[in-house]
Amino acid sequence: MALNVLWLQSGGCGGCSMSLLCADTPDLPAQLHAGGIHLLWHPALALAGQHELVQLLNACLDGSQTLDVLCVEGALLRGPNGSGRFHRMAGTGLPMTEWVRRLSQRARYVMAVGSCAAWGGFSASAPNDTEACGLQFEDEHRGGLLGADFTAGSGLPVINVAGCPTHPGWVIDTWMMLADGSLNRDSLDSLGRPRFYTDQLVHHACTRNEYYEYKASAAQPSDLGCLMENLGCKGTQAHADCNIRLWNGQGSCVRAGYACISCTAPGFQDPGHAFHITPKLAGIPIGLPSDMPKAWFVALASLSKSATPRRVKVNSHSDHVVVPPMTRRKPPR
Amino acid sequence: MTRVILGPFNRVEGDLEVQLTVRDGRVHEAHVTAPMYRGFERMLLGHAPLDALTIVPRICGICSVSQTVAAAQALAQACQVQMPPNGQWATQLMLACENLADHLTHFYVFFMPDFTRAVYAHRPWVDEARRRFGALAGHPGAGGAHNRAALAVRARWFELVGTLGGKWPHTGAIMPGGSSRALTGSERVRLRMRMREMRAFLQDTLFGGALEDVAALDSLLALRAWCQQHPDSDLAFFMTLADDTALAELGRGPDHYLSHGAYPVDDGCLSWPRGVWHAASTQPEPLHALHITEDTRHAWYSDPPGGKALHPMDGHTLPDADKPGAYSWNKAPRLNGQVIQTGALARQLVAGHPLLHDVTRRHGGTVLARVLARLLEMARIVPLMEHGLDRIEPDAPFHRPHSLPQQAEGVGLIEAARGALGHWLRIDDAKLSHYQIIAPTSWNFSPRDAHGVPGALEAALVGAPMDEPTSSDAPADSVAVQHIVRSFDPCMVCTVH
Repeated sequence: MALNVLWLQSGGCGGCSMSLLCADTPDLPAQLHAGGIHLLWHPALALAGQHELVQLLNACLDGSQTLDVLCVEGALLRGPNGSGRFHRMAGTGLPMTEWVRRLSQRARYVMAVGSCAAWGGFSASAPNDTEACGLQFEDEHRGGLLGADFTAGSGLPVINVAGCPTHPGWVIDTWMMLADGSLNRDSLDSLGRPRFYTDQLVHHACTRNEYYEYKASAAQPSDLGCLMENLGCKGTQAHADCNIRLWNGQGSCVRAGYACISCTAPGFQDPGHAFHITPKLAGIPIGLPSDMPKAWFVALASLSKSATPRRVKVNSHSDHVVVPPMTRRKPPR
Repeated sequence: MTRVILGPFNRVEGDLEVQLTVRDGRVHEAHVTAPMYRGFERMLLGHAPLDALTIVPRICGICSVSQTVAAAQALAQACQVQMPPNGQWATQLMLACENLADHLTHFYVFFMPDFTRAVYAHRPWVDEARRRFGALAGHPGAGGAHNRAALAVRARWFELVGTLGGKWPHTGAIMPGGSSRALTGSERVRLRMRMREMRAFLQDTLFGGALEDVAALDSLLALRAWCQQHPDSDLAFFMTLADDTALAELGRGPDHYLSHGAYPVDDGCLSWPRGVWHAASTQPEPLHALHITEDTRHAWYSDPPGGKALHPMDGHTLPDADKPGAYSWNKAPRLNGQVIQTGALARQLVAGHPLLHDVTRRHGGTVLARVLARLLEMARIVPLMEHGLDRIEPDAPFHRPHSLPQQAEGVGLIEAARGALGHWLRIDDAKLSHYQIIAPTSWNFSPRDAHGVPGALEAALVGAPMDEPTSSDAPADSVAVQHIVRSFDPCMVCTVH
């Protein structure tokens, strides 16, 4: 039996849907079919709309249609004053929050697609007029729309496929693991995110790692150097496999020269400092790698800075390789 | 007279509701409701100016690059910096990549599947429509061969932004001083191959011939001749369906068109100029951007003192969900008090393209003209991009350093796929103190203004037939309304920023 997936959107940009359509496959519907996924309805792909959709939702509610996975993209808008009227689902008059609450009671799994649905994300940026929150979190606090104790039919809490946007692979792998029964509570981290991508750091496989090793830092956008010391990069603390599982072919944020803003983490939208600038205390970045003793970091950094090869130092302040690695040749016999 | 509420619409970006009053089986009056509020303009206030580059792409998942380019342009004006040529080309390539992808997605994934609906079950072309454009979710049959292929091509196509901008959507590589990602020589040849792949798909599947020849079609007659010579192309098939369903007569919008202008070339001139086109005139007129206003009379926002429509440098966004007489989270933008259509059709009319001039002269700005304009733009964008990629000099700088002002104003007026996009910002004490955005669909799907004048879609829907058979448990419906709504390629999430 295929896994029936229903995908609804609320307070978000639709970017996770758009990202899904960038999946690296010659035929997305065929891949989903082969992986045991049946999209009951998706806002960008389904033919049915209007009353046909409302009929489908009602069928999910009365049990005549099995609902395996309820995917929600976008934050849940509880305002104004808790009424949910900042997003009434068109044609129904009902707040989207109410549709999601009811459908969640019927679904075997509930999945937040993207950081808005997981924690509120950018949709919950201050002043948060819309009272936006995630399905089961409001920033890092448990609760959200469905409450801290919510579990779906399967017994699992909300699965938070966080990211802004989500990588298409994160969404599809989660679905396929649900379809073959291999995703369980141990597959999720303490924030409900699938560990297959959050057990990695953005730092892993970062192409700027040699610059990081020597603290050869970029001073301005387009420099090749490490983005951590000056340009706001949180890659050493950010839980995601963005430099292992690349984006749109060959890409990632840091490979394109701008900071990782740790978009899979709750509260990333309000970091308390400018996104492009690393906040420092006495010249030392505040956000150091989370599991490294600070004194060691400082000691190693000053040591490696003084040992920086000229090649690394020069290239870190250039937008292309100026000094290539040395070619050693054996002298002819 | 009966009242019908249609929604939710899908295969549009975001949520949309349309309220119709119906008389004698036709739409007598339409009210277009954007049923969601998001509040980005208020989120931006108090942020460091460059934070806008991280925040505004999140307004929209389908036009995120466009939002960033508008912000970068406004910030560049505020910082008095000019991108170096490489930065300009890289930015324009990303924008063009997104715009073309949006047109492709619109045609194959959003618009054409409507021709597979049950209401058309007895048309002679419906089996072929299902084979090419069958919907990809819900009850996927074996059909949809061409929209599946288009999705695959689209995914490869976005490797352009993957390389130049790290990812799509929500790249952060576009900045006021240029691009943060220098391109190497080997990457450039690889991206050229991505352009060849898109060219091949468009030429083989969509048009049946060379892009340059499609771009040179100068009349409806020439287009019809093309379709006869290339009968298997999706363009020819679309024209067959368009004729049979009378798309040329459907959904005529207002006769005033706005384009902010797009794609600067070597001498700094725009490939497609900025301006305003009135159907009654023979020449485009210059745009006076100071004459743009937003009216909040029928929107769920507090009216400014005196209820006056304000220029976006003076306007505010203060939500009021209980406001009497309001029915949308979209404000009503006007140019010189006039209702405007914006999008590919407006761009090509202002740019003077003879095919679109001929089509609108004969039929007005209807569903047919809006869809043809997008198809034509795809044929025109790829050659522009091939030129732009060749102009990049891998050894020259991509970014120019600059300082940030304590106090300044900036305006970014650009063209997203869906039309004119404007950002108006002010910086005080080195923080954003004012930010207003008018998105393309804000124009096209505007509610009534203080004078009761309907927005562009509201006007275009009048007269549409309620043509889908109704059963006892289903309310009146209309595939004609679906065609008209989607012919604007609405982006509701931008609209309700």
